[in-house]
Amino acid sequence: MTIIIDRTRERPATTGPVSVAEQQREKARPKGLYQARVPIYPKLVHGRWRWLKWALLIVMLAIYYITPWLRWDRPGSLPDQAVLVDFDGGRFYFFMIQLWPQEVYFITGLLVAAALALFLVTALFGRLWCGYACPQTVWTDLYIHIERMFEGDRNARMRLDAAPTSFNKLWRKAGKHLVWIGVAFGTGGAWIFYFHDAPDLIRTFWVGTAPMTAYVSCAILTFTTYIFAGHMREQVCTYMCPWPRIQGAMLDDQSFQVTYRYDRGEPRGPHKKAESWEGRGDCIDCNQCVVVCPMGIDIRNGAQLECINCGLCIDACTEIMDKVGRPRGLIAYDTDSAVAARNCGQKPEHRLVRPRTLYYGLALMLVGGLMIWGFSTREQFGVHALRDRNPAYVRLHDGAIRNGYTLKIANHGFETATVEISYAGVPGAALRIPGQPGADPLRVEVEPNRVTPLRIFVTVPADQVGEGSRDAAFEIRSAGKTTLVPTAFEYGSQPQ
Amino acid sequence: MSERERDEHSGVETTGHEWDGIKELDNPLPRWWLWVFYGCIVFSIVYWVLMPAWPGLKGYTPGLLKQSDRGDVVEQLAALQAQRGRGETLLMSASLDQIEADPDLQAHALAVGQSVFGDNCASCHGVGGGGAKGYPNLRDDVWLWGGTLAEIEHTLRVGVRSAHPETRTSQMPAFGRDGILNPGQVSDLTEYVVALSGRQADAAAAGRARQLYADNCAVCHTPTGVGNRTLGAPNLTDREWLYGSDRDSIRGQIHNGRNGVMPTWEGRFSPAVIKALAVYVHVNAGGGEASSDAGAPATP
Repeated sequence: MTIIIDRTRERPATTGPVSVAEQQREKARPKGLYQARVPIYPKLVHGRWRWLKWALLIVMLAIYYITPWLRWDRPGSLPDQAVLVDFDGGRFYFFMIQLWPQEVYFITGLLVAAALALFLVTALFGRLWCGYACPQTVWTDLYIHIERMFEGDRNARMRLDAAPTSFNKLWRKAGKHLVWIGVAFGTGGAWIFYFHDAPDLIRTFWVGTAPMTAYVSCAILTFTTYIFAGHMREQVCTYMCPWPRIQGAMLDDQSFQVTYRYDRGEPRGPHKKAESWEGRGDCIDCNQCVVVCPMGIDIRNGAQLECINCGLCIDACTEIMDKVGRPRGLIAYDTDSAVAARNCGQKPEHRLVRPRTLYYGLALMLVGGLMIWGFSTREQFGVHALRDRNPAYVRLHDGAIRNGYTLKIANHGFETATVEISYAGVPGAALRIPGQPGADPLRVEVEPNRVTPLRIFVTVPADQVGEGSRDAAFEIRSAGKTTLVPTAFEYGSQPQ
Repeated sequence: MSERERDEHSGVETTGHEWDGIKELDNPLPRWWLWVFYGCIVFSIVYWVLMPAWPGLKGYTPGLLKQSDRGDVVEQLAALQAQRGRGETLLMSASLDQIEADPDLQAHALAVGQSVFGDNCASCHGVGGGGAKGYPNLRDDVWLWGGTLAEIEHTLRVGVRSAHPETRTSQMPAFGRDGILNPGQVSDLTEYVVALSGRQADAAAAGRARQLYADNCAVCHTPTGVGNRTLGAPNLTDREWLYGSDRDSIRGQIHNGRNGVMPTWEGRFSPAVIKALAVYVHVNAGGGEASSDAGAPATP
């Protein structure tokens, strides 16, 4: 069921968009093919959501900066960095987990699960990712904070930008950009520690002997952080990011989003202290929700592509409602359907369990279950048997038939393991590794943390040779566990 | 220009495109996008100056950086050669047996051997070394000239009936074509050879050929027919037939006496590569099953 929502009630045609930014945008619209950027000066706001945003910012930046420095004991000459993407060694380390390039499907699964979780959260609570967790939001928040330290809050910044060049303006601007570049460098600099041993890299980085990729990655991330968080900001979300377009498919009228309750707010208008609240809405048109918005939009126009759901306008409006003595929640996390229901005088209903959230949740559980199953049944040995295909079989001088195989044994463990290899399903089959005497089972030492390729020949004596081909299997036994690797034995065609 | 439709909710002009009632708004592009576009133009001009770009009558503008893909390849090839040099030193410092016994050296030799085999040997012996009629199978345990590492290396070095002064050589006469034996005798001998390998044969014909065999064949193939590796004479009692096992093939070989040629690889490959190739062939033939005395199984 979809309710078509009358966003702000009928507006008289003469009333234009409300915010300054909207007005400027409107003015710029018909004039040309390209739109000039409308500068945004978000005002500092205090309140529950701002506090939550600061807390998350600190937690997430702390995770980002501290993680590469955590140590984790691993045997032998393996790296002792807890989280490491080791391109040179071809391994991904995450605490007790060690992944090989062959197991990249775990990463794929993680990404699929992350995407599904994003879908689910979006369907339930709107763009929480955009408002709180996206690096673009986190770093932009940090950069605006730095800007505020040098140039003051919204009004001071607007004045400074309008003022003629002076020493005061110059040092404030220069200081801001210097700190921005410093933070950007810190961002790119921390990133590279995920790919090399951090204590070693921080030394080699400064003496100039680190790999070129480290310098290039650091430079690229420094540049993009400075440009995106310092200069581009909301332009990245509006024009460059595909997610605002995609997320529309996850949202419905039951999704919690930052919502202006037009049922309560309209008709809006300035309010003097002594005036009655009868016959008018709670919105006093103070524009505070607009001036705090980092995206430069007016939430009272309803859900918009630009809105990142950060809730700063909620904090701004709460402060005003407290001042004028009206109940909080004129702007709140709410659903379109609830607002529409209240507008019609009905009781609002919130439905978290809906087909959409159910199947996002089920898909997420399915992928999560598959991942857990994959991890729990992950074997110490990965074995592949490659049968020689050219020639598929060899007839020996006494009429015996021999098949050749390359057995690839990947030892995922950290210890050298002894494995026993036998061959099942073919009567009379004898195993041999070239250069060694035949044995059944073959006993082989498999080195840790690498793939050991073995050439193995299986010979069937002339009197036990059958017709065509036969299903067979290598049995790999180690420490009481048996792995069966199916293959086939080719008898070939018999000579006349 | 005609008046364009304006979307009443957003006040934005539409492009005129409509799908199922949904109209496309013609929102303006951000101005910085235009700057990025100009930036790309500037970049391309800088690129023309720095990198090879414009074609001319005699080649192209080389660019200030003098970048050359061909130069890069030459450098990379030199680096590869240097790396191969290290591998060659390794192979030369070990004996054939040591190379085969050491897993790392063996892996290196197999890699080198496989690539060289594919380029040079596969055209006759097959990609996997399985051979064909007239071209020996290198995967089995039947060796005309011996299947030990040293014997294989020697065969690779000097070839068979090749231009090498020390070449391995043998001569199967064309008994029928050259008129040494008449067609009846050739047919009788064929039955004798079929009997040698333990198969059902015309006993009368084989009996007639007993003396023929002793006079003409036994000197190389030995009186019991097990062959002689020093002469490169094939074992006639086993199940492996270079020119085919059926009567027509055997008769044809006695009549025509075909002799294959294997070129000498000395001079074309470095000694290290020949070593690697010997190890590759030996390992893939089952490695060690064919020792020098394996050519003398029990008499039939």
